[in-house]
Parts: sequence; structure tokens; C-alpha cells
Amino acid sequence: MASSALLSIENLSVFHGQFQAIHDLNLEVAAGEIVSIIGANGAGKSSLLKAIMGRADRIEGAIRFEGADLAGRSTAAIVGGGVALVPEGRRLFPSLTVEENLNIGWEVGTRGDVGFEDVYGYFPMLRERRRQKARELSGGQQQMVALARALLASPRLLLCDEISLGLAPTIINDLYEIIAKIRDRGVGIVVVEQDIARSLAVANHFYCLLEGRINLSGRPQDTTREIVAKHYFGV
Amino acid sequence: MLAAIVNQILQGVLLGGLYAMFAMGLSLSVGILRFVNIAHGDLIVAASFLLLTLTSQLGLPPFLAVLLVIPVAFGGGYLLQRLLFQRALGKSVLPIILVTFGLSIIIQNGLLGAYGADTRKVAGGAFETATLALGDGVNIGVLPLTIFLTAVAMIGLLDRLLYATRIGARIRAVSDDVATADLVGLPSARIYAIAMGVVGVTIAISAGFMSIWTNFDPASGPSRLITAFEAVVLGGLGSLWGTLAGGIVLGVAQSLGAQVDAAWQVLAGHLVFLTVFLIRPQGLFPRS
Amino acid sequence: MFEPKAFWTVAMGRGLLALGAAVLIVGPALFSIPQLQLLTQFLSLLVIAIMWNLLAGYADIVSIGQHAFVGIGAYAFYGFAVFAGLNPFIALVMAGATALLFALPVMLVIFRLREAYLAVGSWVVAETLMLIAGKLSAFGGGSGVSMPVSVVKELGAQPALRYETIYWLSFALAGLALASTFILMRSRVGIGLTAMRDDEEGAGAIGVNLIRSRILCFLWAAPFLGIAGGIITLQKLRVAPPASFSITDWTVYVIFIVVIGGIGSFEGPIIGTIVFFLIRQYLADIGVWHFILLGVLSIAVILVEPRGLWGLLRRIVPQDLIPVSHAPPRRRRAQTPDADKAPSPTL
Repeated sequence: MASSALLSIENLSVFHGQFQAIHDLNLEVAAGEIVSIIGANGAGKSSLLKAIMGRADRIEGAIRFEGADLAGRSTAAIVGGGVALVPEGRRLFPSLTVEENLNIGWEVGTRGDVGFEDVYGYFPMLRERRRQKARELSGGQQQMVALARALLASPRLLLCDEISLGLAPTIINDLYEIIAKIRDRGVGIVVVEQDIARSLAVANHFYCLLEGRINLSGRPQDTTREIVAKHYFGV
Repeated sequence: MLAAIVNQILQGVLLGGLYAMFAMGLSLSVGILRFVNIAHGDLIVAASFLLLTLTSQLGLPPFLAVLLVIPVAFGGGYLLQRLLFQRALGKSVLPIILVTFGLSIIIQNGLLGAYGADTRKVAGGAFETATLALGDGVNIGVLPLTIFLTAVAMIGLLDRLLYATRIGARIRAVSDDVATADLVGLPSARIYAIAMGVVGVTIAISAGFMSIWTNFDPASGPSRLITAFEAVVLGGLGSLWGTLAGGIVLGVAQSLGAQVDAAWQVLAGHLVFLTVFLIRPQGLFPRS
Repeated sequence: MFEPKAFWTVAMGRGLLALGAAVLIVGPALFSIPQLQLLTQFLSLLVIAIMWNLLAGYADIVSIGQHAFVGIGAYAFYGFAVFAGLNPFIALVMAGATALLFALPVMLVIFRLREAYLAVGSWVVAETLMLIAGKLSAFGGGSGVSMPVSVVKELGAQPALRYETIYWLSFALAGLALASTFILMRSRVGIGLTAMRDDEEGAGAIGVNLIRSRILCFLWAAPFLGIAGGIITLQKLRVAPPASFSITDWTVYVIFIVVIGGIGSFEGPIIGTIVFFLIRQYLADIGVWHFILLGVLSIAVILVEPRGLWGLLRRIVPQDLIPVSHAPPRRRRAQTPDADKAPSPTL
């Protein structure tokens, strides 16, 4: 339990009503590293991210961000405190313009050093389309807006939920290039993916989740895809 | 003869301004909060009684009384949403319908207990009866004209509030997708409450004009709600400018119906509403 | 689960229901005319409450305009009994048929509105119909008209006999409403609606045709309300737009009854109607306060225990007194042929 960890999760259990999605999970993320969470559908990946964002029905255990327990805090307070999420399925506000979507990301965040110029630098296309409604964009463009919206909160911890879902490989490459740049700015990043190869390629550290429990973790270079795949499917 | 008809239609159009005022608040709650507040009309009547007390008991001029009631109505709307309506919002619309319905009955009977069943009106002074002659026997009341122009200005302001301010963008975001808003850290309950506060402001202003122009009693709320609802549906659910169009259609229908007899006034409005609704259920100006 | 105490609460509840039914059956022998009239009102209101609960509690039709059908029934009954000179019993049936006939175009309007707007939409329709009734000069226009004594005498020569007949009519209607709605709720339609209310995916899985079920429930309610309107007219001996189409009597009170008793349960309207009559008997003289009390009570119920008084009692009583849902007991369910199609409890 290194106290230097940006995010440290201890013995976490997450419940949705009667159903337990996460069992006794331990996990750490340091500043400036990418941690991948790998797992099949229903393994509990999204439940974990939602719990960090303060949106689980009930949790047991501790979620510490920069040493302080997040339990009981509102999502608004968590985001304002430096944690931002790129939700699964992009989840933009469709009738708002690109700029309005991004502005909401800025307003709810820490009002830190990431500004509009930075995200327009990462995604020049967004500047051109800033007056367009979000619903008029392609899937890839929407994902860029979703990522940019989270970045504008100037988070010190960024959570990305399945950002490559349904996108073309070249766009996925672009997105991950930018995620690497953000990491290099010292941000801690959690990436949730179903794509094992992609997850291992970008991560400094990975955790494999099966039925709400971690059954494998470590550094990508210390393992093989085959071993990870075995744990992914639980065989 | 022609002048009489032109007068009636003009009167109806101006009456539409008052109806648009009733309707714009309801339109906001329908468009943003996704429910019809059944107590909407009763809240307008309650604000009218408050104005009556301020003007007749304390002797304040109506304009000043409305200015005083506006912040009260904003706070009232905010708290009503925060403390009551928010608790009834969820997957099913049944609880919120029943809560606002219960509130409607409580307000009506509370007013009945406090003020009695008599029909009331707030005295507006010379302003009330002044008219402008447009020639050829066509006259236009200064009060109805003021109401109409105020309604247009209010819609313009609400439109700017929603589309050109930060709180407006937040309100539209929550209206688009409240689950996402919660997930990215927008305080949706507070944003809803602010929207309801804005609805409260429209209620205070429309109560100010209604109480000078028309009679009201503790049981007047439902008819105001129904008028507002008809204007909202006619205009296209959630469309602000549509409420003006819907209000005008109702106003003209009622004004022409009143030529037959008093009962036809209200009935004509309902019949026109039902006819237009059956032909064009999406309303005259549906929001895309 | 199978403690003796639990068994006794169910037995006691059912015993009370049976006792109530028994008292109603021997009613005319026990009670004075005013008491019998009160019971007639009770049974009429119970019918309206059962129907509102069917719509709002099961079919997702939260209407604030059901008083329209009571009014239509009242006017139709008057028309058939007085103008057409039909026997009052036949006129009652015709009142139900007329209400059913009117339900078709009304449905055309309100089913085009999403549920949140349907409430006020149905109210607009009811207002319109009431205003139109006020335009019917044969029915006395806006001030209404009284029933000729000759029509009433067909129900019995002496007042006592008449009131007994009217009582039996309302008793029969309430019995029919309870029994037939019970059967409806246990049919595929009812199971589907309950499943939809509790879990939309579950209802989709058993292939409920939602729209058809909702239409059926709406049409189901109309004739009962129409006949109730006829019986109420027999009691009041008068039709008038604001009284026959009374939103307070046939909608506001009814909503309070169902909400306080327990919306979406079979026991709810029964408990609610009893509680309502108790409140009315003992608190009527507090005037507007009894409305305010009912309003506050119903809001509190929705926020604290949306299943109403029956929901509260149900925490002690382990099963429904009138078992409309097929779910428990487990053993019997396994023997049901379509047990595999039944909605699974949500996890």
C-alpha cells in the first residue's frame, strides 16, 4: 500500500440492489501511468468505474484519491476534486453544440491548466465543428468530444470506459496516442477495454477482472497474451 | 360589423398573450423536467392572492407588488422542486402526477380557507381601462397590449436564457440526458430546482397581469392549467414560441365563441384544441 | 415465512373481508334508510375506485377525466329512462353501453398523448363533455333537470322499497366489478400488465401486447362507470352538468381513495374507500381541512409508502388477501404450464 498512489482501492465491494458486482477488490493507480482493466462483458468493469465516480448503489471498502476517501461524496464533488470519466457509449448531450458540451466539462472540473486551446490542439477537428450539435457528429468525432470534455476538467485521474467501442482502427490509434500524451503530463489514467491486445499495448500495469474479482494483475511485459486471454475467459 | 369582428379577433390575439404567459412556465417544466405540473394553475392563482394581499392590505401599487413577488416565486419554485417534486421523480410518472395533483387540491382548499370563495380582482387603476383607437372603430386596450408585448419579451428572454447562458446550457444538458449529466458531475437536482425557480418567475408575472385583467377565485387554478396545457400542446410540446401561437389560437377561438354566449367561450377553445390536436398531434411548431 | 402468526394475519384479513361482504348481504334487513343510502354511495364509489385503480395502477393510464364517464352514464340513463321510457333496469344497461361507446373517441384523443400528458388531456376531454352536456336543453341546460316521479316508482311503490332496490343495484355492480376485474387481472392480460409495471423487460419477454391491454382496460372501465353514473342518478333523482360530471366526487376523491388505500393492489381501493368514508363521516365538519388532510396524506403516502395503507399492512400480512398475482406459493407455480414464461423476479 504505497501512500504515493494517486488512486488506491482497498477491499472494495460494489452492490447494485441485491446484486454484488465487485468482490473485495484491491487496485492502485499512480500519477503518470496507464492502468488497464481487462475483462469480458459483465465482469464488473463499468461498475468499478461508476463506484469511483460515486454512482454505485452501495459500496464496502475504501476508494482513496490522493489519500482521501471518496465514499459518500457526490459525483460533482469528485469531478471537482480532480477525477473525470469518459463514459461508455460517449454519452454526449446531443442537442448541445460541441462547444457547449466541452464547456460543461470545463465548468464541472477543477478549472485547472487544461484549456480549450489544449483540446483543440489535440483534436483540431473539434474547433471547426464547435458550433455543430453533438448529435450531428460521427461516432469517432463524438468520442473525441467525450474525451475532450473529460480533459477540460483538468483531471489528475482520468477514467476511460471502452472508448474504442465501435470505432475504426485508425481513430482508435489517434485516441490512444492522445491518451499517451495526457499520461506524459502526469495524469493517472484507467483504461477499461474488452480488446486484450490494445489494453496490454498501452498499459503500464493491468488488472484482469472476472465475475467481479481480479484474477490476474501485473505489468504487460511480464506476461503473454495467451495467459491474459485464459484469465479473461476464466478457463 | 367588420370592425366588430376585427375587434374580437384582436382581443383574442391579445388574450393569447396572457395564455402564452400561463403556458410558458408549463412548457419549461414539460420540456426540461418532463412532467406536467398539475398544480401549475393553482400556483398562478396562489400568487394572484398574494398580490391581492400586498395591494389591498398593504396598499402597494400592483407593479411594485409583482416585483416583490418575483424573488419569492423563484425561491418557492426552487424549494418546491428540491424538497417535493425531486423526491417523486423517477422511472414512472405516476408519483409525480399524483404529488402535483395532491398539491393542487391542497392549494385550492388552502386558498378557500384563507380567502373564502368570493371572486376577486386586483385594482389596476386607469391603466386597466385605457384604450388606443386604431381608426375605423377598431380599438385596442392598453392593458391587453402590454400583456401581449410582455409575453413576447418574456419568451425572447427565456429563449436567450436557455440558449445563450451557462445555466441555460446546463438546463438543456440535464433535459437531454439526466443520467449522463449526473455521471459527468453536473448537479442535476440543483439545475432542475433552478429551472423550477424560473418557472416560478413566469408564474409571478402572469399572476400579476391575470389578477388585474380577469376575475379569479380559489377554484380558478384548474381552468388556468387546462388553458396552459392546451397552449403547450397546440404549440408543440417544449417549444417556447409555440406557446405564443397556441395561446393565440385559443384566445381567438374563445373570443369568437364568446360572441355566441359565455358558455361557448370556453367550449369553443376546447373544441378547437381537440380538433387541431386530432389533425396535428405534434402541435403547430414541434421542437425538432 | 410460515409462522403461525403470519397465517393468522392472512386468515384474519380474509375473515374481515368475508364479514364485510356478509354485512352487506344482510344490509337491507339491518340498516335504516339513511344508512342504506350511505352504503349505496360507498358501493358506487368503490366501483369507480376499482376502475381507476385498474387504469392507473395496472394499465399506466393516469386519468384525471374518468368522471366524464360517470356523467355520460348519468345523462344516458336519464335519456333512456325518461325520454325513451325504458324500464330503469334496461336504461342502466344502456347507460353502460353509452359510456362504452363514448370511450372509443375519447381514447382516440388521450392515447395520442404520452402518459405524463395523458392526465391533463383526459381532463380537457371531461371538461369539454361537461360543457356540451350543459348545452343540451332537453336536459335542462346548465342548471340540469329532475327525474319525474313516475320513473322512480318503477323501482318500488314505497321509498323504503326503492332504496332497497337501488342498494341491491349498487351491490350487484360492485360485486360484478370486483369479480370480473379479478378475473381480468388473473388472465394473460392482467399478468402481462402486472409484469410490465414491475419490470418492463419481463413483460416484453412474455410477449404482452401492451397497447391492446391498455385499450382493453380503458374500455373495461367505461361501462362500469356509466352504470355507476346511472345508479347515482337514481339516488340523486337529478342530472346537472357540475354534479353529474363532478370532478371532486368522481375523480379527486377517487384518486385519494386509491392512493391512500394502495395503488396497484386489489385490496387498496377497498381499504381506501372504507378509510375515506370514515374520514368523511367524522371529519366532514372541518370543511376545507378535510381536503387538505387528504391531499397531505396522499402526498405522504406516495413519498413514504407508494403501495399505500395496504403496502403498510402487507409488511405484517405475508400474502395478498385477494390473490390476483400468480407468483407465490412457489410449489403451485412450478405446476403452472406457463411457469417458464412467467416473468422472473428482478435480481
